Amino acid sequence: MSRYLTRRLLIAIPSLLGISVVLFTVLALAPGDPFEELATNPNVPPEVRANLRAKFGLDDPIYLRYFHWLLAMVRGDWGFSFASRVDVDTLILQRLPTTLFVIGSSQILALAVALPVGIYAATRPYSVFDQIANTLTFVGFSLPTFFTGLLFILVFSIQLDWLPFVYRADISATGWQWFWEHFKQSIMPIAVLGLFQGASWTRYVRAAVLDVIRLDHVTTARAKGLSEHVVVLKHVVRNALIPVVTLVALQMPAVFGGAIVTEQIFRIPGIGSLLIASILTNDTPVVMAVTFVFACLVIAFNLVADLLYGWLDPRISYR
Amino acid sequence: MNEKRLRLLVGRVKDGKMSRRAFIARMLALGITAPLANEMLASGGVARAQERFPYKPTKRGGGGALKVLWWQGATLLNPHFAVGTKDQDAARIFYEPLAGWDPDGELFPVLAAEIPSRENGGLAPDGMWVIWKLKRDVAWHDGKPFTADDCVFNWEYARDPATAAVTIANYRDVTVEKLDSHTIKVSFKKPTPFWADAFVGTRGMLIPKHLFEDYKGDKSRDAPTNLKPVGTGPYKFVDFKPGDMVRGEINQNYHEPNRPHFDSIEVKGGGDAVSAARAVLQTGEFDYAWNMQVEDELLQRLEKGGKGRILITPGGAIEHIQLNSTDPWTEVDGERSSVKTKHPILSDPAVRQALGLLVDRKSVQDHIYGRTGIATANFLNNPERFRSKTMKFEFNIDKANQILDAGGWKRGADGIREKEGKKLKLVYQTSINAPRQKNQAVVKQACQRAGIDLELKSVTASVFFSSDVANPDTYTKFYCDIQMYNTTMTEPDPELFMNQFVSWEVATKDNKWQGRNITRWRNEEVDKAYRAAQGELDPVKRAALFVRVNDLVCSDHAVIPIVNRPKAGAVSNKMRLEISGWDNDLATLKDWYREA
Repeated sequence: MSRYLTRRLLIAIPSLLGISVVLFTVLALAPGDPFEELATNPNVPPEVRANLRAKFGLDDPIYLRYFHWLLAMVRGDWGFSFASRVDVDTLILQRLPTTLFVIGSSQILALAVALPVGIYAATRPYSVFDQIANTLTFVGFSLPTFFTGLLFILVFSIQLDWLPFVYRADISATGWQWFWEHFKQSIMPIAVLGLFQGASWTRYVRAAVLDVIRLDHVTTARAKGLSEHVVVLKHVVRNALIPVVTLVALQMPAVFGGAIVTEQIFRIPGIGSLLIASILTNDTPVVMAVTFVFACLVIAFNLVADLLYGWLDPRISYR
Repeated sequence: MNEKRLRLLVGRVKDGKMSRRAFIARMLALGITAPLANEMLASGGVARAQERFPYKPTKRGGGGALKVLWWQGATLLNPHFAVGTKDQDAARIFYEPLAGWDPDGELFPVLAAEIPSRENGGLAPDGMWVIWKLKRDVAWHDGKPFTADDCVFNWEYARDPATAAVTIANYRDVTVEKLDSHTIKVSFKKPTPFWADAFVGTRGMLIPKHLFEDYKGDKSRDAPTNLKPVGTGPYKFVDFKPGDMVRGEINQNYHEPNRPHFDSIEVKGGGDAVSAARAVLQTGEFDYAWNMQVEDELLQRLEKGGKGRILITPGGAIEHIQLNSTDPWTEVDGERSSVKTKHPILSDPAVRQALGLLVDRKSVQDHIYGRTGIATANFLNNPERFRSKTMKFEFNIDKANQILDAGGWKRGADGIREKEGKKLKLVYQTSINAPRQKNQAVVKQACQRAGIDLELKSVTASVFFSSDVANPDTYTKFYCDIQMYNTTMTEPDPELFMNQFVSWEVATKDNKWQGRNITRWRNEEVDKAYRAAQGELDPVKRAALFVRVNDLVCSDHAVIPIVNRPKAGAVSNKMRLEISGWDNDLATLKDWYREA
């Protein structure tokens, strides 16, 4: 087990290096530079831009810039944003709580919908409940979040005027008021993301449970006279969860990465909106940091998923 | 107009929903003279205040929270590093200049005790210096007094190339000295008619010496105050999250009485312009939203929500078509569009004139830009004193056809004109932006009917407006026959704006295409008039010279102006505020208030 773990971790190093090289080159080759706005402003002499570029090392050859970045990163220095000249880690930490809260809650909502609905639908395939659930999940994952987001805003904010559609991370109220306002502004983004995710997960859960429920050991369990409750939870669901766990685990990095589109629509100051803003202004250090952390998390959660298999199904062994 | 309607209008001025000027303009259009219109307002109970914008609150604070939306959030708060308008706007909440620009392009004092003039001895008769008297009893937010030393420090800070301040151009060529604790003298190297650049407006905000002293030059990034501004402005700093939120609270020691009205301010960033408009006009969640780059048709629909209105502020920005006077398809010494060449087709005055007649500006205004784009024949539109009265525009396909016929351009079998074996085919480029593509289509259609074949090309904005020397599709390289974009006028003086037509500013490979004259159009008379204007101290004569430059440029069709694009902001109906097209949206924040 520990040998397996060490091996996997060692393999991760070259993959991460590879990812960082690709990311850096793509960013360096993309057109534009962070001080573009200065170039179109007649009041700013061109020297200022040249000076800034030189100061921030943008004129060095790509490979040199890459090694500078890599060395600093290894030493734990993430660099600073060209746009705001704030340290990148400060910027990310500022936005992390919001993203964790919004995206995390939406994933919990998705699970809370997908598990019961998927399991119940699979235990009664082709019943009325199953048909309705199927239809709704199809609708749910066919509609992109930018569409449902706008639809929610139009209905709940503009027509009904129930909920605010501009998310504010720091609400000045205290106590219950604070709680209530946070709740109100979070409903729409969490629902949009959670229901979209929940819809596709419901399909997976239903399919996985349906596969297991027909197996012989389930029939045996039923024949033993075990209650339906025990059969489903102990003998079906635990076996059916393996593919679902992979899916959920692989989705976890997204909790950090944020949801670019939804964050933009609801103006949620999360990692996703930081990433898109930095990409648009060619703010390389921020883009590199966010994407790189994201890559690390993807690799880490892949590993976590693999380890979870063993716990769910002891027949799987690690060599 | 009947009496009822007239009374309604007077009432609107009284409520502050319509400006005095707009009212008088409306009356003038009806043939009523300005003095009479003024009298009408006076009898209607609208007092003619000394102040251009009446400020009603009688005490400081008590206005609750002010919530505004900037769909591009500010990323830094040091005015000397402000990369774009969004950063300048946010910095303006906390920092102030000596003077700002009002909507007419005139100065109003902020940290200055008065505006320097020849009468008060503030301006040199030979245009070599200006003396600013500073307001006394102004304190920084931390209680330290604001003095002449702070002004001198800002000059030293910004002019140091190592600081890499974006305001360097304002301070590089001047010398600032302290005459006494509250007087400074700014001296120029040559007679300078436009003397109000240093310490004024968007790039003139002042930072405190005692907090930035140790962070000059190379260390400028390390100053903790970069992110926690301490200024003299109406609001004190509370919290800043780059790209997301700027918050401030009332400055109880602000240097003007009864101001500001609000107890706190919150500038939320991010999102898009349309939903920002919704948040003000439809749901009323916010009081003001900046830069409504939204089609007017949609804005009008949102205004029906009844919670807010669109505030249009005149400025100098002009959406225009440029005709290349050099040949973009032949390479000379490693560059296309070289000044050593001449455009094979566009050098023919007949073609240029015909193109001028084929741009249907009125339709572009009516169907594309609405209130946010006013059809114009001039390149230089505002302030009004610089607007030419002689230029007219016309949309006339028949006339264009006649001119081309007379010019020897004969229609070929395919309907495309040609002359001496050259087909009348042109490539027309612009950036990707829905209104621009519609505009391109309007021009193409008209040109087709005149036998001109336009090939439309659209380039991603981030490439088109970049200064990437390696990219052939940038607007400054202009490797194309004609192109269209919007150019902004950053100050109410046209000197910098009109240098786009002087011969020494031509964009070439030698200056890495950083020259401002992108059409590469050159004219001796323009050069002469421009040079004369640079040294002309009489404002009337100077204005006449710039009008002359505009007329020469437009009558020779170096560019075809299309629409003058004013600033558009969304304002809640209860808010009372005024925005200047020559300064930041938040320049008059101290005077903003909300009617109960």
